[in-house]
Amino acid sequence: MVRPLGFLVGLGFIAALVLAIFTTPLKNEPNASHEFHKHPRHLALSSDGLFPHWDKAQLQRGMQVYKEVCSACHSLNLVAFRNIADFGYTEGQVKSFAKSYDNIPSINPDTGEPATRTGLPSDHFPSPYPNEVAARAANNNALPPDLSLITKAREGGKDYVYSLLTGYQNPPKNLPKELQPGTGLHFNPYFANLNLAMAKPLNDGQVTFADGSKNDVEHMARDVTAFLVWTAEPNLVKRVWTGWAVLLFIAIFTTLTYLSYRNIWADKKH
Amino acid sequence: MSFPWAKNYEPQQPLMKWLDEKLPLPRLVYNAVGAGYPVPRNLNYFWNFGVLAGAALAIQIVTGIVLAMHYAANAGVAFNSVEHIMRDVNAGWFIRYAHMNGASMFFIVVYLHIFRGLYYGSYKAPREMVWLLGVVIFLLMMATAFMGYVLPWGQMSFWGAQVITGFFSAIPMVGEPIRQWLLGGFAPDNAALNRFFSLHYLLPFVIAGVIILHIWALHIPGSSNPTGIEVKDEQDTVPFHPYYTAKDGFGLGVFLFVFAALTFFTPNLLGHADNYIAANPLSTPAHIVPEWYFWPFYAILRAFTFNFLWIDAKLWGVIAMFAAIALLFFLPWLDSSPVKSSTYRPLNRIFFWILVVDVLILGYCGKSPAEQPYVILSQLGSIYYFAHFLIILPIISRIERPLPMPNSITEAVLAKHADDKSAATA
Repeated sequence: MVRPLGFLVGLGFIAALVLAIFTTPLKNEPNASHEFHKHPRHLALSSDGLFPHWDKAQLQRGMQVYKEVCSACHSLNLVAFRNIADFGYTEGQVKSFAKSYDNIPSINPDTGEPATRTGLPSDHFPSPYPNEVAARAANNNALPPDLSLITKAREGGKDYVYSLLTGYQNPPKNLPKELQPGTGLHFNPYFANLNLAMAKPLNDGQVTFADGSKNDVEHMARDVTAFLVWTAEPNLVKRVWTGWAVLLFIAIFTTLTYLSYRNIWADKKH
Repeated sequence: MSFPWAKNYEPQQPLMKWLDEKLPLPRLVYNAVGAGYPVPRNLNYFWNFGVLAGAALAIQIVTGIVLAMHYAANAGVAFNSVEHIMRDVNAGWFIRYAHMNGASMFFIVVYLHIFRGLYYGSYKAPREMVWLLGVVIFLLMMATAFMGYVLPWGQMSFWGAQVITGFFSAIPMVGEPIRQWLLGGFAPDNAALNRFFSLHYLLPFVIAGVIILHIWALHIPGSSNPTGIEVKDEQDTVPFHPYYTAKDGFGLGVFLFVFAALTFFTPNLLGHADNYIAANPLSTPAHIVPEWYFWPFYAILRAFTFNFLWIDAKLWGVIAMFAAIALLFFLPWLDSSPVKSSTYRPLNRIFFWILVVDVLILGYCGKSPAEQPYVILSQLGSIYYFAHFLIILPIISRIERPLPMPNSITEAVLAKHADDKSAATA
């Protein structure tokens, strides 16, 4: 009974699928933006690969770029001031860095009125806007995304972020009219829709680094991307090196289990 | 039941004697996975994956219980509570990545376990019940994994929940009310997240219960083996302990090595970038893609694009997707060949390998966007999938001429060693 019924059910599915094949157009709808869209350029960082380390000077520079440029519009909600001790700041430096923010939202304990206070190491980086409505109002109705996880939250990761920051250019001459940037939009071939609301954020010489590092767009983009790799996963370097220790342990364990397996089976043909 | 030559539990220590009289728990373990369970001597490495699946479930339960101590199942804070685990909880990043990749490892070993069962005909009499319970476990795993993926409340969590619960709205008349009842609202929100968390915590223990039945049912006829010939006498078997505990120990080491490499070196390889964006009901991702272990079924779902016989395409897709798994329940009766192992089934072997390639192609299509050539590939792939189980397999199991088989497991083992020797001297 199972086999004849199964045969009929199978024929039903196959008939539906054969009809589906003949009624589905074989050509995709043309999508002109594919042609102009570029794959991200690779960015090599010290935190890559199987033997990573943080380039602390680069992370410090990257944070400076975030603070002086990106933080005008983008929040960094998941990162606390205390976390920056990861790249070489002392406890005192962390405290005074936190104190340099005087706009941490709080409640006045005496009156219950909304107030602001100076930062503590346990505070997170404050948002530039009170809420989404205010953020959209200030940005032509676009919402600047939080940057904490940005290098994990986009296809292409750090390569994408770096390419986007360095990829602003004039639209190509043969770009069809419907793909031209509209009012308040800017052409960037690394962005999925080719045009995005964020204007070119970095310009040569915009940030002056204390260590005298190069401050053209290319270098600032590398530094801030390195910083955003760290904000997305502050435990990245620790994770990989822990992995080596764990793998070494498991390799020894596996060797021992293999030897005991061979030993136990030595007299049994199988 | 067991073979007459199975060793009996004879406690030596007074404490164990006392315990055996009051509660024979050590006896149970001894007969289940100790020296009291005789197993065919010729099992290959494919027989490791059952134990590994059990180990994967144990790892998921342990890491999951720890995660639940720090996770908050509330739509307002769920996403940030996961990031809190990643950043502020001691070794939280390890526990969370282990749980995330542990799910993938669980599916990898279970798919290999199912592969083993299909190739060597483990689903056939007298082990049909073992197979049926296995399919139940597979369904429970899929439900658990889906609900677990919703918990971080990222974009793919939210839109995955939207798509999967949307299947129910394909049911005529009552579909939409059922969907709203399941979600506790018109769209996934706090009510859905809370019940998914509750069920995600419950189902692994249900799985553990069905695994006990799965092993119980296995112990009645005893384990199958690569030749598919049933055990005839004592020399065909070895006691489970120490022979297979040692072999499974080695298998466990290899499993943990792969698992650790994935977890520590590329923890996000099998994930999706969009799930690091907090859930946003107002912004649909460009491509909604399930986790890799659902890709073949997702391809079958999307292959149906034509309203046929007054049933609309969406409902066809949903029925076909569930049927693709449900037909496994009938497999022991669809395949009527008395020969179990495909080693001795030349015709079945060819079609079986086509099926394996077909499922891989379907998986690739399920991952890809719904455009050509993936649509036609998933349609052709789905045709073969259903044709294989419902039409080809019943026919070949009747017309196939099996190859000559050895008389016993021991004879097969000795013949293999004789071959090795003559090859070495030649």
